[in-house]
Amino acid sequence: MDTEIALRVDGADHRLTVDTRTTLLDALRERLGNTSPKKGCDHGQCGACTILLDGRRANSCLALAVAHDGADIVTAAGLAADGQLHPMQRSFIEHDAFQCGYCTPGQIVSAVAMVEEAATGWPSAVTYRHPDGTDGTDTGPVDLAANPDEIRERMSGNLCRCAAYANMIPAIQEVARS
Amino acid sequence: MRPFRYERATDAANAVALLARAPQAAFLGGGTNLVDLMKLDVARPELLVDVRRVTPRTIEQLPDGGVRIGAGVTNSDLAADPLIRRRYPVVAQAVLNGASTQLRNLATVGGNLLQRTRCLYFQDITTACNKREPGTGCSAIEGHNRDLAILGTSPDCIATNPSDLAVALAAMDATVQTIGPDGSRAIPLTELHRLPGSEPQHDNVLTHGELIMAVVLPPLPFATRSYYRKIRDRASYAFALVSVAAAIDLVDGQVRDVRIALGGVAPKPWRATRAEDLLRGGPVDEERLRRAAEAELADARPQADNAFKIPLARNAIVRTVLDLVEAAP
Repeated sequence: MDTEIALRVDGADHRLTVDTRTTLLDALRERLGNTSPKKGCDHGQCGACTILLDGRRANSCLALAVAHDGADIVTAAGLAADGQLHPMQRSFIEHDAFQCGYCTPGQIVSAVAMVEEAATGWPSAVTYRHPDGTDGTDTGPVDLAANPDEIRERMSGNLCRCAAYANMIPAIQEVARS
Repeated sequence: MRPFRYERATDAANAVALLARAPQAAFLGGGTNLVDLMKLDVARPELLVDVRRVTPRTIEQLPDGGVRIGAGVTNSDLAADPLIRRRYPVVAQAVLNGASTQLRNLATVGGNLLQRTRCLYFQDITTACNKREPGTGCSAIEGHNRDLAILGTSPDCIATNPSDLAVALAAMDATVQTIGPDGSRAIPLTELHRLPGSEPQHDNVLTHGELIMAVVLPPLPFATRSYYRKIRDRASYAFALVSVAAAIDLVDGQVRDVRIALGGVAPKPWRATRAEDLLRGGPVDEERLRRAAEAELADARPQADNAFKIPLARNAIVRTVLDLVEAAP
């Protein structure tokens, strides 16, 4: 069942006709040639396909393109502006925060979104470590740099089979600090 | 994935009408469970009716002090809401203990409550499953059943309900507001999901075309002291082996009210009314908690691989309520 949709991807507008079964991931990769979001599991379990969808990180493999007509999408490729790497991309390189690199675009998009979420005071399961819940009611910014457990929890939707997690934490801490 | 038509509902009545005349149609919220099940060929809708723009996306305080959560609110927005965090921390905690941020950003409150079991056999169309294909048998009873239910099962199905949010809402006595072909109604959250009996294909009591519009939390002052504990095979991003949602109202060391609900152990969020009744009106200590938890679990019928859930659930109840008591101001 073909439907015409519009997508803004990394700042460029596109019109395309998609079958209703097409996910955003497949539309990006197969139709628009943007292969920075990766197809890992294709079932929302690994996070390799993570994009910013209207400003929020999302698994593009579970989002039907037809349901996101008009969406503003940012992929890992679009994080780099004017030929300059995003600070998170630079930090991943400097900290050697990957091995094979397949999960890396998803990790980086996810980390960029996470820093923003923590700054706006979004809680995580770790924010509620105390049973009375009082710390979770504090709606102020969450200090990621001082709480690596917050980073681990908030990044748990991105798997890395090379297990490069140990270097991702300081890479993200450095960006969160600045 | 099989071909399907897609329609964006113009309002709630339109959504209900579109579904009501198409027996093989389904509502689409965030799609995080439904789209996956369509890829697996477990769900085979011929029509998807997108309801994200016709279900409310607001969280509002009601005149009686309760809170109404629109069914289209994302899981992320629910967990980050200042009112929910302050008044019903167990609800925010339950949401934050489920899935990942990427999924919570897509997933809606209504969809969360209607997500299907993650029983491996249900998700694998090469195996027999009474929930997926009635009358074919249950592969889990003789198969890998470590993750599955110990309470409320039937000889036809031992699947668990996977929602964390539903467990917290059950403890809070939340109500689900729906609109359907026969009009609107309010359903207590504890009565939304059903036990499998001989019809495990029906997860809940909703009729075809009935759409969840909102969840209403009653005013519950003591819910400010509430907690969600989830026990799983890894620290994050996994379904519960056992989870406990609890809240307690202690007055002079006596339990005036207590709420306990369990996840990961039953085909529906399991409100532990037996344990609650034993605890109300008396003091609370480890021994009394242990007896109450054991009474709640007395009817548990474990399978070959999941008997560990009985002591795990007992200990989780005891520890979670004790944590709340010990954190008392």
